[in-house]
Amino acid sequence: MIEVNKDNFENEVLQASGVVMVDWWGPKCERCLELMPHVEELASKYRGQIKFCSVDTSGNRRLAIGQKVLGLPAILFYKDGQKIDEISGQEIAPEDIEAKLKQFIK
Amino acid sequence: MEQIYDLLVLGGGPAGLAAGMYGARARMKTAIIEKGRPGGQAATTEDLENYPGFGRGTTGPGLTQAMADHAQSFGAEFIKDTIVSLDLQSSPKKVVGRKGEYLGKALIYALGAEPRMLRVPGEGKLRGKGVSYCATCDADLFEELEVAVVGSGDAAIEEAEYLSKFADLVSIIVIHEEGKVDANQVSFERAQQNPKLKWIWNSIVKSVNGEELVESITLKNIQTGEENNYPVNGVFIFIGTVPITEVLPEQVQVNPQGYIITDEKMATSVEGVFAAGDVRVKYLRQVVTAASDGAIAAVAAEKYVHETELWEKEVLKAQKPVLVAYYNPTDMTGTEKVGIVDRFVRANNDRFSLVKVDATRNELVGRRYNINLDRLPMLHVFVNGEIKQEVAEINDDSLEAISKSL
Repeated sequence: MIEVNKDNFENEVLQASGVVMVDWWGPKCERCLELMPHVEELASKYRGQIKFCSVDTSGNRRLAIGQKVLGLPAILFYKDGQKIDEISGQEIAPEDIEAKLKQFIK
Repeated sequence: MEQIYDLLVLGGGPAGLAAGMYGARARMKTAIIEKGRPGGQAATTEDLENYPGFGRGTTGPGLTQAMADHAQSFGAEFIKDTIVSLDLQSSPKKVVGRKGEYLGKALIYALGAEPRMLRVPGEGKLRGKGVSYCATCDADLFEELEVAVVGSGDAAIEEAEYLSKFADLVSIIVIHEEGKVDANQVSFERAQQNPKLKWIWNSIVKSVNGEELVESITLKNIQTGEENNYPVNGVFIFIGTVPITEVLPEQVQVNPQGYIITDEKMATSVEGVFAAGDVRVKYLRQVVTAASDGAIAAVAAEKYVHETELWEKEVLKAQKPVLVAYYNPTDMTGTEKVGIVDRFVRANNDRFSLVKVDATRNELVGRRYNINLDRLPMLHVFVNGEIKQEVAEINDDSLEAISKSL
């Protein structure tokens, strides 16, 4: 998992080749904190097949809004600088994230 | 062999955590099943200042974590799983989760409630794009932006105050006429002093508008019928809750709104199944009342488990025919009649055994066999777990008749 912020988002996510998954979270978002260990587990399970990043929105609010993230938790998928898919909302389950990952890993 | 819990608590909010703590402390083998982190809705409230003994500075996540630790310290187990279905007819009762199945002698259903949706166009599509039901989760994203809060209950007013720490302007959309809110007066008065809050009375939300993010809401004035487009970056919806009962079997009675009906001991319409917290029909849905429900439910569940086991051992699985004498200990002539049964069984102890039941206190039996408390004492003759005879008049003749018939 790469910690991404407003300074390196362009480089780590938009300029990256292949699929990048970004986990948008905030320290006050209980559901995000709950989800985090599962996301980390997925990141090690699918290491090398997809790039995993996370953004703490508390210091990167404008970046979040720029990426149309206005609700947490949010998991966004990018490819070649374009957003290709996303899941968001309180009821995201780790299984939902894994299903998306499998869809992008062929 | 699969292990059987004395008590399975469904849900790890304040009701479930209190139930787990009481259950485990009463030495019941107790497990709390929760899909996520414990705390429930209370964990999504930042400032929580009305739990007795825990004043200003208390947070929802902080208090509920302390409750979870407390339950665990007495030996309550935490199982992380999402409940898929329940079998309440089987004995023990069965809880089916995504990861496994769990068996419990008694069950406390404490799955709580979730925010009610407005059900207007745009709400679903823009969820997470400016539409939110959780101020603590999303508030800081709205720094320097303008938001609307829909609703006027305690949650709406308190969350609007919280949002005003981040957003530039918080418009509160209230359906009632000017000056009337559903929230408590203390919160309302404090909110009226807050310069960042703007009150829009007599209004409802017709739709949430925006392409990728929320851009505006359409408001309708219910007095004039006038509609207007009101620009906001976010909409926070606090118009009450709906009970979480997707996995609740039909045999558990609910009210027309779907909340579980219980008696004052938190017992539902199904034997051995109790309900606690927001999911139950009740007057006040707060952390303190949820915790109280949990405590009552756990004590009642413990009594149920104890009574069931005793009944099973001494009556249902007894080798000899069992005379069960139901009595009321405050009725002297009644207890004397039980004395007659006592002497009779002692004289025939090779053929019968006796179980005396204080029917005014034993709920399990009263409920299962429909014992009329106005007609005590009375007698049941159990053979192989089934009632063979009912004797309303206890005397030497009726006992002699039993003796002859068996």
